[in-house]
Amino acid sequence: MKLIWGKLFALIGVLTALVINPQSVSGRELIKIPPGSYQSAYRNEGDPVQVQVDGFLMDALPVTNDQFFNFVKDDQRWRRSARNDLLADSHYLSHWKGDLDPAGPNHYLDSPVTNVSWFAAVEYCRSRGKRLPTINEWEYAASAGLTMLEGSGELGFNQYVLEWYSRPAPPVLPAVGNSARNFFGIGDMHGLIWEWVLDFNSILVSGESRGDGGLERELFCGAGAIRSANVNDYPAFMRFGLRSSLQARYTVNNLGFRCAADLLGSGINEND
Amino acid sequence: MKNYLKRILLLTGVLLFIFDAGVLAEQPLQVPLAYAPDAGKALTRSPGKVRVDLETKEVTGRLADGVEYNFWTFGGTVPGPIIRIVEGDEVEFHLNNHPSSKMPHNIDLHAVTGPGGGAAASLTAPGHTSTFSFKALSAGLYVYHCATAPVGMHIANGMYGLILVEPEGGLPPVDREFYVVQSDFYTKGKYGQEGLQPFSMEKAIDEHADYVVFNGSVGAMVGDNAVRAKVGETVRLFIGNGGPNLVSSFHVIGEIFDTVYTEGGILPNQKNVQSTLIPAGGSAIVEFKVEVPGTLILVDHSIFRAFNKGAIAMIKVEGEDNSTVYSGKQADTIYLPEGGAIQEVLVASEESLTPMSHQERLSRGQRLYEQNCAACHQMEGQGIVGVFPPLASSDYLMEDLERAIGIVINGLEGEIIVNGERYNNIMPSQRLNDSDIANVIGYISNAWGNESRLYSAPEVATIRASLKSH
Repeated sequence: MKLIWGKLFALIGVLTALVINPQSVSGRELIKIPPGSYQSAYRNEGDPVQVQVDGFLMDALPVTNDQFFNFVKDDQRWRRSARNDLLADSHYLSHWKGDLDPAGPNHYLDSPVTNVSWFAAVEYCRSRGKRLPTINEWEYAASAGLTMLEGSGELGFNQYVLEWYSRPAPPVLPAVGNSARNFFGIGDMHGLIWEWVLDFNSILVSGESRGDGGLERELFCGAGAIRSANVNDYPAFMRFGLRSSLQARYTVNNLGFRCAADLLGSGINEND
Repeated sequence: MKNYLKRILLLTGVLLFIFDAGVLAEQPLQVPLAYAPDAGKALTRSPGKVRVDLETKEVTGRLADGVEYNFWTFGGTVPGPIIRIVEGDEVEFHLNNHPSSKMPHNIDLHAVTGPGGGAAASLTAPGHTSTFSFKALSAGLYVYHCATAPVGMHIANGMYGLILVEPEGGLPPVDREFYVVQSDFYTKGKYGQEGLQPFSMEKAIDEHADYVVFNGSVGAMVGDNAVRAKVGETVRLFIGNGGPNLVSSFHVIGEIFDTVYTEGGILPNQKNVQSTLIPAGGSAIVEFKVEVPGTLILVDHSIFRAFNKGAIAMIKVEGEDNSTVYSGKQADTIYLPEGGAIQEVLVASEESLTPMSHQERLSRGQRLYEQNCAACHQMEGQGIVGVFPPLASSDYLMEDLERAIGIVINGLEGEIIVNGERYNNIMPSQRLNDSDIANVIGYISNAWGNESRLYSAPEVATIRASLKSH
């Protein structure tokens, strides 16, 4: 019974949102994330176990193909046909039918845009008066559960996240916004795509994962000595692993992004 | 003078062209990959420049009948292909991570001397390729695996295989070579629980394996998929243990290893071995001559893994009997320590080792029925009116199948009424194990117009126990 009311409520919510602000369901809303802290799987020597994060604004959902299409429509430098090999590899937007045709057989217009390089993601966010979130901001926002601040304390949260990482990529990438929002009101942090972050290569796992955090750590790790704070946080290991395998010009089939902004001075009204 | 210059230029051009062609001729030799249980071809060539292309791919596949798993693989299979090179080869290694991959992957080849065995040089994002080179300094049979964090999970999901660095001139020739890798899997559901089973991090950390298998799934190398050899042939097995956790007590039922290269080294250092220990992330080469026909069964002799977790593979040997080496059963007589009447029909049967599908259970039940029951109840279950009660469309049978199971266990004596007909006879108790009783009752209750669910072996065990306690 409770479930039915919940669904009804959600339906009314969605319909109202559609009428009042058609943009909010397509993920353009910015969510205010309060200051707080999270436990990082990797950290620099001397860093506290709990990483403090200032308050910031973050897109509720990842950037979609449709939204990215509007960006390249306005800025032809970022069209596929104008690709600069230094700024994006040859898979850049390769899932689109054409330069200005964001459709394709393996995604929807509302699916998160993938096959975009870090440079392109940075430029997109800048054009919207925003920026990419930092590792700490992203990890902090992603650590929230559905009903509580710390997802790790929520029954089934870790297993759910882990299971997504274990599954092969689906043949058709689903649209954004189909899963429940987390405690902060943010959706699709887990279960849809990987996401670029601003400082993705500031903490490098070497690829020789068994040496990281060991005696040889200085040898491989770009940001100086790092070590693991929580050896059981497998999803975080995977994210750090993926980030370390990337270069800024790389594009990947299931790697997209969302934007963030500072609370002050961003020029963005958080209620937009 | 100008003409002279032209000639020099032309000559230089030609020389450059020849030089170029020379470089092209030195293109490294592509190493063929072989997929288990195929071990590929033995090498006779001398060392040189070679190239290996290996793809990492994430696929959903069969772990056991009715059980699926999200495998992370080298080459699309578990184990990954066996890579055969020669000691002294200079290997150009290309690791290609398929664009559909979700994960970055890399490779640690235990055959590589250098940091991470190549792992540090081969971390590869989805849709990208990493290239590194190494020289195969030492001959031996080595494991390769993915070493990307969290390394245990990448291995637990299936990312391992073997690379054989053959000594120059090769290993001594044999008639057959096979490639087998043992490994353990950790699933959210218990062994045999149907559906797509996700990886269980908890069980993996606790080292409580749900599955222990040869070549990536339960039954990958049994029945029609068993490998074959002929009497008199010599067989060599390249055995790896991918882990991630368990050490294998590798044994072949019905054989003695003539030669073992323990731990995958290149020295044939032991003769006449029954079981050889294979560490996780290690290997062994075993050789034996097959002397008699029959089925050789490969097991992990940590035997519950074979019996309950899937660690079984088979080699079927065909050819002439040799009764001097092995006679088969020569006599079967009754042994009565205390004298007295025969209480039981002495037909013991071995417990089935592999989990069976619904259809397999029914066909096994049918075989058991034809061997043990059909003589009285008749082939079509029609019985003989007034003497042996019918099972086909039988009210007495179908109204209480648990009673029927009890009758198979303990036998029955006295008057009963079946389909309105009176019967007064004796049925002896049947010496069948629980799963066989479950299967034979399953067959009877689903044949000749009967229809019912299948009872499981544990249910039969419960009924057996309750009968004993009465």
